[in-house]
Amino acid sequence: MALVLTEEQQMLRDAARGFLDEKAPVSALRKLRDTNDETGFSRDLWKEMAEMGWAGILVGEDYGGADFGFVGAGVLAEEMGRTLTASPFLSTSILAATALQKLGGDAQRQEHLPKISAGEAVFALAVDETRKHGPQKTAMKAEKHGNGFKLSGDKTFVADGQVADNIIVAARTAGAPGDAEGITLFLVDAAAKGVARERTVMVDSRGAARLKFDGVEATGDDVLGEVDGGLVALEGVLNAGRAGLAAEMSGAAQAAFTMTMDYLKERKQFGTEIGAFQALQHRAAHLYSEIELMKSVTLKALQDLDEHYGMAGIICSLAKAKAGEVAKLASQEAVQMYGGIGMTDEFDIGFYMKRIRVAQEMFGDAAFHADRLAAMRGY
Amino acid sequence: MSDLEIFRKNTRAWLEDNCPTEMRDGAGGEDNICWGGRNWQFQSEAQKTWLERMAEKGWTVPAWPKEYGGGGLSKEEVKILKGEMRDMKARSPLESFGIWMLGPALLKYGTHEQKLHFLPAITRGEIRWCQGYSEPNAGSDLASLQCKCEDKGDHWLVNGQKVWTSYADEADWIFCLVRTDPKVTKHNGISFLLIDMAAEGVSTKPIKLISGKSPFCETFFDDVKVPKEHAPGIGSIVGDLNRGWDVAKYLLTHEREMISAGGGGLFGGRGMGEIAASEIGLEDGRLADPMLRGKIAQAEIDGWAFLLTLERMKDEAKAGQGVGANSSMLKYYGTEFNKRRFELLMDSGGSEALEWEGERTQDGKLARSWLRTKANSIEGGTSEVQLNIIAKRILQLPGA
Repeated sequence: MALVLTEEQQMLRDAARGFLDEKAPVSALRKLRDTNDETGFSRDLWKEMAEMGWAGILVGEDYGGADFGFVGAGVLAEEMGRTLTASPFLSTSILAATALQKLGGDAQRQEHLPKISAGEAVFALAVDETRKHGPQKTAMKAEKHGNGFKLSGDKTFVADGQVADNIIVAARTAGAPGDAEGITLFLVDAAAKGVARERTVMVDSRGAARLKFDGVEATGDDVLGEVDGGLVALEGVLNAGRAGLAAEMSGAAQAAFTMTMDYLKERKQFGTEIGAFQALQHRAAHLYSEIELMKSVTLKALQDLDEHYGMAGIICSLAKAKAGEVAKLASQEAVQMYGGIGMTDEFDIGFYMKRIRVAQEMFGDAAFHADRLAAMRGY
Repeated sequence: MSDLEIFRKNTRAWLEDNCPTEMRDGAGGEDNICWGGRNWQFQSEAQKTWLERMAEKGWTVPAWPKEYGGGGLSKEEVKILKGEMRDMKARSPLESFGIWMLGPALLKYGTHEQKLHFLPAITRGEIRWCQGYSEPNAGSDLASLQCKCEDKGDHWLVNGQKVWTSYADEADWIFCLVRTDPKVTKHNGISFLLIDMAAEGVSTKPIKLISGKSPFCETFFDDVKVPKEHAPGIGSIVGDLNRGWDVAKYLLTHEREMISAGGGGLFGGRGMGEIAASEIGLEDGRLADPMLRGKIAQAEIDGWAFLLTLERMKDEAKAGQGVGANSSMLKYYGTEFNKRRFELLMDSGGSEALEWEGERTQDGKLARSWLRTKANSIEGGTSEVQLNIIAKRILQLPGA
C-alpha cells in the first residue's frame, strides 16, 4: 500500500481542517480553561462532530458508524492536534470503539456502538495505576463474587474519566502485578455503586481523572473479550490509542512548527529577520527533517492497524516514541525561537507545549516504547 | 499472464542460464565491484563473462534507451530485474561513475551525437569515468572553482587542480567543472568539460585517508589541450558554454538522491540490536548493556522512520505530490544516521572492533568502514550545506 493518503482521506482532512479552524481553534481550549469548564470539552461541538461521522469514524456501518478505518481516525486526530481541539475523540472514538469492535460481543456492540456513533455516550479507558505507564503492572483486583466479580483498586491518568458514562477498566482476575496473563477488561457503568472519581486538572487543560473502585460489582456480561484475556487484547486497544496520539502530536508539532517559521520571517533583531540567522536556520531545517520522519512513521502505523491489526505492535511503539520525541522538540524549539513572547500565557505556543507533554506521556513515553521495541526485537 | 509476469518469467530463466555460479554469492563491498575501464583487470573469468552477457542485453544499465546501449526497460521492468537478481544473490555486473553520474547528465543535457558516442562505452564497461568537481579552495562553496579553461581556437587549454577525485588514478576519462569565463558572476562562467585522462599534462596523486585507504586523488591539469570536438560532431562540452552549473546542480541532486537511497541498503542483513546481542550477550533475554540497548533502540526507531520516509517520498513523487528539495533532507538525515549507526556498531564491537590488521577482523573491516562513514556527511555537499538548502528552498527563510 502506498504511503500516501487516498483521495477520500485527503478530502476528510481538508473538511476537518476547515471545520476545526472555524469552530475549535486554540482560543476554544483557552476558553474552556479560563471558565474552569467541568466537562473539559464542548458537548455541542462533539454533537456536531458526531453528525459529520467523526465520533463513529471507526465504527461499522451496521452500528451507525462511518467505518473509515484507522488512517481516517488518524487524519482527524492530526487535525485536532493542529488546533488542540478538546473532545472525547481519543477516549471514545478511538479507544472504546476499537475495544468494542475488536473484543465486544454482539449484545455489547449493539448496546454501545450506536451511541458512540451518535455522540451520545462518552467512554474512558482506565489502565494505569502508577505514575508511569505499564499495563502489565495492573494490580487492581477483580475477585470472583457469586456469578460475577467485585472490582477494587485505583486508576489514574484516565482521559475523560471525569465525565465518562462508561468506563473500560483493566483488572486482574488472576496472577500478580507484572504477569502478562490474568488481566481482564470490564465495561463498567460510571454511575455504578462503588465508583468514585476525582477530576485531575492537568497541565494541558484537558479532562482527566483519578478513579477509585471499591467493590464495584460486575457480571459476566460486563467482561469485554475473554476472562484472563491477558495483555494481548488490551495491547491491541492501546496500540490504536498510541497511533492516535502519535497522529495528534504530529498535527500539534506541525502547527507549532508552521507558527515558528512564520515568526522567524517577521521578527526583526539586529536589523534583519531572525530567520536569516544560520544558527536558527539549521535548527529549523533539522526539525523539519524530524517532522518528516514523524509523519512517515505515524501514517505507516495507522495503515498497519487497518491492514494487520494484530501485528501492529512494533510499528505503533515506533510511531509513539518518534512522535513523542519530535513533538517535544518542536514545542521546545518553538518556545526558544519565539523568545520571551513564547513564555507568555497570552500567546498560544505554550498550549502546544503543554498538550504535547501530556500526549507523549500517555500510554507510554519514548523510553517505554524504545524498550518495548528492543524487547520485541530480541534484545 | 500479464506482460510483466511474462517478463519476470523470461528474466528469471535468462538469469538462470547466464549468470555464472561464482557471481551468485551476493558479495557486495568495494573489493568485489567490477568497475570496468581500459585497464580493468577482471578478478575472475566469471566476472568478465557476466559483464559481457549483461552488457549484450543492455542490462548493465537497464533503464537507459536501447540506442545508447541500455536495456530500454520500463520502471516496473527494472524493478523486476533487480528483484530477480537480488533473489538469485547475483552480483551487480558493473558499477561506475559513468552509470551513476555522467550518464544521467548526458541523457539530460547531451546532444544526440554525444550520447551515441559516450554512453554505449559506459554500458559495456569499456571506459571508466571520474568526477572533477571540488578544488582545494572550492569545497562547500563549489561555485567559486578556479580551474582555468581558455579558448584557443580549435582546442581548450586547461590549467588547475581538482581534489577528492574518486579513483582518478584508475579512470580513463574525467567529467570536470572548469571556469570558461572569469569575468561574470561565479555561477555563470562555469562549463562542464569532458577530458581524456591520457591527455598530456594530466596527472594524479592518491590521497591516503584515515581509513588507510586511498579512494580519492588530487588531479592536476598542466597546459592540457582538450580538442573542441573529441570526434567530428562530438563536442567536449556538455550543455551550453558557461552553463555548466546547471548540469552540476542537476547531478548533485541526483547524487544526493543516490546517497540517501543507498541508506536503504544499510538495513539489509542483521539489525544493530541483533549484532550487539551476539557480541555482548543477553541477560534474562535482554542485551546485557542496558545503556547501549537504549541507544540502539532509539537509533533503530530513527533508522526505521528514515526508511519509511524514503518510501513515502517515492510514493508521493509517484502521486505527483512532494517537495523537490527533499533530496537534501534525505541526504542530511541518511548520512548523519549512518555515522550514528557505525558509532553504535563500534560501541558494541568493543575492543575487537578496534583491531586494524589481521585475519580475524579482515584487516579491521569494521574500523575502516566506521572511519569511511565520517565522509558521508561531507561528500556530495556537507550536512551544513543541506541544511542551508532546506532552510532556503523548503522553509523559505529569509537571506538564506
